[in-house]
Amino acid sequence: MSMINKIEFKLLSPQMVKKLSVVEIVKAELYDNDGFPMEGGVMDPRLGVIDPGLRCRTCNQTIGQCYGHFGNIELVRPIIHVLYAKLVHKILKSICGSCSRHIGTAKKCSYCGAEQKDVKFEKPYSYNEGEKILTPLQIRERFERIPQEDLPNFNFLGGRPEWLILTIFPIPPVITRPSITLETGERSEDDLTHKLVDIIRINHRLRENIEIGAPDFIIEDLWELLQYHTATYFDNELAGIPAARHRSGRPLKTLADRLRSKEGRFRQNLAGKRVNYSARTVISPDPYISINEVGVPLVIAKELTIPVAVTPNNIEEIKKVIQISPRWPSANYIVRPDGKRRKITDENKEEILKEVGIGYSIERHLQNGDVVLFNRQPSLHRMSIMAHRVRVTPWRTFTMNLAVTPPYNADFDGDEMNLHVLQTEEARAEAMMLMDASKHIRSPRFGGPIIGCEHDHVSGNYTLTMEGTEMNREDAFRILAEIGVEPDLPEKKTFTGKELFSHILPKGLNMSFKIKSMKPGCEKCTAETCKHDSFVVIENGVLKKGVIDKNAIGREAGKIIDRIQREFGDEAAHIFIDRVSLLGIKWFEKVGFTVGLDDVDISDESKKKIKLELEHGDRTSNELIETYAKGNIELLPGRTMKESFEANMIKLLVKVTDNIGSIVSAGLGFNGAIIMARSGARGSITHMTQLIGCVGQERVLGERIQRGFRGRTLSHFLVGDLTPLAHGFVSNSFKSGLTPVEFFFDVLSGREGLMDKSLRTRHSGYLERRLMNALQDLKIEYDGTVRDNNKIIIQFVPGEDFIDPHKSDWGTIDVNSIIRSVK
Amino acid sequence: MGEVETLEQLKELLPEKLFEKSKEALKKSDLTEGQKKKAIIKIADLYVKSKFEAGEAFGVIAAQSLSEPSTQMTMRTYHMAGAMQIQVTLGLPRLVEIFDARRAPSTPAMTIYLKPSYNTREKAMEIAESITEVKLGNIATSSFVDLGNMQVEVVLDEKLMRKHKIKEEEMVEQLKLDFKNYVLHQRGNKVTIKPKDDATVKELQKLRSKFLDSHVHGVKSIENVVINQKDEGWIINTLGSNLAKILELDGIDSARTLTNNIHEVAKVLGIEAARASIVNEVLLTLKEQGLEDVDVRHVLLVADVMTAGGTIKAVGRYGIAGTKGSVLARANFEETMKHLTKASVYNEIDTLESIVENVMINQVVPAGTGMFDIVFKPPLKKKE
Repeated sequence: MSMINKIEFKLLSPQMVKKLSVVEIVKAELYDNDGFPMEGGVMDPRLGVIDPGLRCRTCNQTIGQCYGHFGNIELVRPIIHVLYAKLVHKILKSICGSCSRHIGTAKKCSYCGAEQKDVKFEKPYSYNEGEKILTPLQIRERFERIPQEDLPNFNFLGGRPEWLILTIFPIPPVITRPSITLETGERSEDDLTHKLVDIIRINHRLRENIEIGAPDFIIEDLWELLQYHTATYFDNELAGIPAARHRSGRPLKTLADRLRSKEGRFRQNLAGKRVNYSARTVISPDPYISINEVGVPLVIAKELTIPVAVTPNNIEEIKKVIQISPRWPSANYIVRPDGKRRKITDENKEEILKEVGIGYSIERHLQNGDVVLFNRQPSLHRMSIMAHRVRVTPWRTFTMNLAVTPPYNADFDGDEMNLHVLQTEEARAEAMMLMDASKHIRSPRFGGPIIGCEHDHVSGNYTLTMEGTEMNREDAFRILAEIGVEPDLPEKKTFTGKELFSHILPKGLNMSFKIKSMKPGCEKCTAETCKHDSFVVIENGVLKKGVIDKNAIGREAGKIIDRIQREFGDEAAHIFIDRVSLLGIKWFEKVGFTVGLDDVDISDESKKKIKLELEHGDRTSNELIETYAKGNIELLPGRTMKESFEANMIKLLVKVTDNIGSIVSAGLGFNGAIIMARSGARGSITHMTQLIGCVGQERVLGERIQRGFRGRTLSHFLVGDLTPLAHGFVSNSFKSGLTPVEFFFDVLSGREGLMDKSLRTRHSGYLERRLMNALQDLKIEYDGTVRDNNKIIIQFVPGEDFIDPHKSDWGTIDVNSIIRSVK
Repeated sequence: MGEVETLEQLKELLPEKLFEKSKEALKKSDLTEGQKKKAIIKIADLYVKSKFEAGEAFGVIAAQSLSEPSTQMTMRTYHMAGAMQIQVTLGLPRLVEIFDARRAPSTPAMTIYLKPSYNTREKAMEIAESITEVKLGNIATSSFVDLGNMQVEVVLDEKLMRKHKIKEEEMVEQLKLDFKNYVLHQRGNKVTIKPKDDATVKELQKLRSKFLDSHVHGVKSIENVVINQKDEGWIINTLGSNLAKILELDGIDSARTLTNNIHEVAKVLGIEAARASIVNEVLLTLKEQGLEDVDVRHVLLVADVMTAGGTIKAVGRYGIAGTKGSVLARANFEETMKHLTKASVYNEIDTLESIVENVMINQVVPAGTGMFDIVFKPPLKKKE
């Protein structure tokens, strides 16, 4: 395959324009009365074909083969190329006004001694020298006189400066501006064609007027108009002149607009491209498939194909595959050695079977085990596109394991995801080796596992491994069998949850760590001797002590996953995640797990305590308001009296809510909601406090709610009311119900969160784009340095120690664990 | 490479920090010589396995690793209330500010550490007071444009002046130096200023605000000062930053004193310090948002790119992205027309050496597995 090695940018010379041109355009009309393109018009047939079936008058090729041909028009008077207008000014300023030598900023020409006048540039394309207007004609004359040896002084290397002043104007081929035929049979021309017609028309009128010797002002007006039309032909978003508009009032989309901005050629069609062999649909969860699998609906599997070459080794199989068409798994097309594709249908499959031979290839359906790429937008990091193995399902949605949702940041409330089928062997090999989901358990962002258990997986394992969980032999046997572990159970009647859990741990795993939720009030960790089962000890793959919670297996935290990946490799970690997530679910299937309203019930005694605490808060806040009224508040450094008061008030109210929080967590029983909060599966103790105790202070912009009416937040309060209630303190709980005023304040701070989120995603998106553009060329070279695309060294040792965070242990190498392991 | 078995061999292999850590750990452990050898082999093996591979698109990973959490930042923006701190810009806006390499941060701030001998509350207070900038307006009770005499009159508050320990004569001398083209008079607690030439009322009003804004005491642009006690002792937090002047003061631990103005750091302490400052500020911002788990290496790379040229370059159109070698890459980012027109005049040549350019022309990207070709050609089976 031929490669492009470099792309050189230069100016287009008038000679070149002439050479490229196949026809000079002279007529402003597009079509004659019969509807055929006019010769010498902008749609001249020699400029290429756009209609299927016709042949190009210039190259005698059909549509698809003919790339089109340029035409040209001779401009009666020279015109400034707007895109270079600023540059023209720069050159004008640095050359002598009379001899055109490069003199820089000198006041007097050192070659001819002429005094220099200042040239002023008026956007977008006018120039004045002193009082006099500089016409493009004069500018061109000056530029023509610039000697070739002076050009390097301006760094002007792409051609001659006078080429920036147009005398001959290229007409782009018709295929760059195809016309479309509307349903009514009417032809609708491209914006560029409209603009070209304008240019030709004005050019024509200018010529006529010059020929008949019209007064100067008319000629100047027309010249100016021609300048306007050529300017807007290049760029229709110029500052200082009105945009050229379509008859309907819509601004025309001219050359620069085609390239520029997000919808322009560069970002829309060059930096990103649409692809074939892809599918998109809604996703659903499926705990029974592995993390590196994806469930593909049958209808999609029958549409997406993989090319397979027919060889002597597989010709019989391929014939069988064709035979079963149109059922799955068959093939959609056969490709003849000459590249012709033919669809396999029920009718022609016998015929195709006879025809197929070595050298042919087929496009077969997607089958179980094929490697595909799976992606969810926004693709914020490389784990947003990973390789999965196909599992064809009879459903209508893509299905995926729940544990693999964190890297995609996916949920199942209607999210859609994309699937790309790899077409070549190299691509498949690379995807399997580098992009497989199991190879991305550890995130390069922080060097820890990003794939891990979610929700029920965590709470399921939590309840399973709790002290006192027991089951009989049959249950233990069944659960192990269901999660795909060989049930190798010792002769025993009952089994503890910890014993069951130990079955999925690899032999030889030794570790110990603190769990996420230690018992409240447990201040000093007693490590191995913890009485509350809050310290996990694993010895040789056996869970000796401790409860499994989010810290052990959760996403972005899982210590056990982390260690298994580190010591036993990607595959072991992958299997562990599959099993541990299924174990949690299977355990819940047996014992059941539910959350209800009575989970947020609390004893009357605790209720009384909460009430007392609220009353106490009321009293102290009133005292604070009184001291403030007297002006006795101790000033915080750098704050006014009012600010100090507010800070004190917030401190006081936060303390009240904190106290209520501890009352609540002390008075909690043991139920579904608590299990979720404790194990880190979902929710937190703060949420429980808000449900049971009191919602607390609502905030807007980090302060108590201050805005609304003059001097008060709502008309329910007196002007100047400083009480907690009047500024958004919600003393009710979500269960006891909010008063209308409280509800209003709650919504107020809720809305702030929504606004914040939607406003800042834009900012962070742009930050990402800029960061990516700045850093995308940096890569690690064979010599181990980080270099940019100019081969300038950015870092001599990547990351200062050469450790790839993706392969590291939270950014380092854990020396201590190695030492422990050799003991 | 042969087997690494001894500490000396390990020293050759490992980066300094990691080696020191390993040495320390090995020393503390009660391993036998044989076990030690085993451990060294394992450490060396793990290190080699953990190394970057050639072709790794480290830049892209760093960019992703920094911007992916920044989308989460949005949801976690809650201010710390009740803290007796100087309010500084944090969160996403601060991150944008750092990467933009703005001339001055929206809230310049300093953290000033004190020498051990000055590490008491009284001394800290004293320094804090002495560095707070006092403007003429701060110590004036009233000021007005005297239309009768066409001059500006400022009445000073003696109490405040005594509080700030400002001596009238010194102050007036200084003001006379600052306002050379004006006539300055002082009578009692009144200071009058008048242009040498005749002036309009408008000019006088302008002069009044300029006069009130003139610096009379403390360190310029230090607006507000708070002292705090931390584990390391007393520190002074300021709003406003003036690193050069603060470092000159007695009693200040110049080794630890920080400012969040990166350009100032570059000017006063040089580009390497600015690089460290970028890293510090980014990590601080991330940490404040609860995203401290982002690996430092990513931040280091961004800081290195920004400072590699000896000056601080912004991440963006006027910085790194705007000065790239490839025309197509620049045109792709922002200001497409500008880059294309310039390229044509300067006869630029895009040699298609990095990522986007090759994406554009449908060629294999020279990174990762696209960086190499197979040189070896297997001999084909001879046809018989």
